[in-house]
Amino acid sequence: MASSNSPCAACKFLRRKCQPECAFAPYFPPDQPQKFANVHRIFGASNVTKLLNDLHPHQREDAVNSLAYEAEMRLRDPVYGCVGVISLLQHQLRQLQVDLYCAKSELSRYQNLSINANHAFVGSESGAVGYQHQQNNNSGSAGIGTRDNSSYYQHHHHHHHHQFFPQQQMVRSFDGGSNYDASLLAMNISASLGQLNQLPAGGGDDRRTVNNPS
Amino acid sequence: MPDCIFAPYFPPEEPQKFANVHKIFGASNVSKLLNEVQPHQREDAVNSLAYEAEARIKDPVYGCVGAISVLQRQVIRLQKELDATNADLIRYTCNEMTTLHDGRRIGEASSTFSQSPSAYYYPSPWNNDPCAGDAGFHRGGGNHM
Repeated sequence: MASSNSPCAACKFLRRKCQPECAFAPYFPPDQPQKFANVHRIFGASNVTKLLNDLHPHQREDAVNSLAYEAEMRLRDPVYGCVGVISLLQHQLRQLQVDLYCAKSELSRYQNLSINANHAFVGSESGAVGYQHQQNNNSGSAGIGTRDNSSYYQHHHHHHHHQFFPQQQMVRSFDGGSNYDASLLAMNISASLGQLNQLPAGGGDDRRTVNNPS
Repeated sequence: MPDCIFAPYFPPEEPQKFANVHKIFGASNVSKLLNEVQPHQREDAVNSLAYEAEARIKDPVYGCVGAISVLQRQVIRLQKELDATNADLIRYTCNEMTTLHDGRRIGEASSTFSQSPSAYYYPSPWNNDPCAGDAGFHRGGGNHM
């Protein structure tokens, strides 16, 4: 909160008197000058004011913080901004899915070996462990036991398709270099926006709950 | 106008695209941003700005940062699951190695332990994300670069 002799970062930047009722003061403390500088550079003060005025007061802090994050990401990466972060995370997620699928398949193979060993040698201590992951055994015994990542990905991709952004095309364009094919990006963006609407409410509720200052 | 900087990227058949970008960023800011990137990068820049603008209109509180939060949580969850699975594999592999007479390992489990690179190239937007590389900006503002 700005006191009468300590203007908020916004008023300091704009070189104006910080009034007691300053709309920016609660969200741009004087010790964080870069935050307002970034937001001002990318969005502009009047756009931020308009955005905040359309929100409930209890939502404004989160809104300012997300705008500040977007502004910072855009300054770090003027071409892709936050969209670059999203692409990177999607890529990491896909890679993790593949790695996890491989690891679980291999684990179920070991567990099958343990179960067989237990059947062959009654009382073997390794057999007890094998019964813990029945689900994995079922999936692991489906016959997909190779390191052929493409077949893994195609089988497993459909399981998670509804949860994550469907971005096979994004993988190709991402791996193709630092420049996106623009039309591909536009297509993927539309698909992503559709998926954004289908994200489980738990994700949104989670972050809202977690970030509620009270 | 023949030298309009926006013309190549905002075709007349997509009026909403410019409307969104104008509403969130403002025409002069977009113009400045485009002038700061190479001409061959401008199309991608405009498309990513359009994406962010649309996301912000749909979710005025979090915009596309909401999607980043969700993705980061999913990455954390999968990474933990992968770590746990690899730990189980290590246990099995050790059991295999100790039971073999000649000490050779069965199969090649080393490929399974390849893990995805660190998930946190970028700071988390929220400071209560336990695995974030940065403190986040809930209190830290823009000074944590």
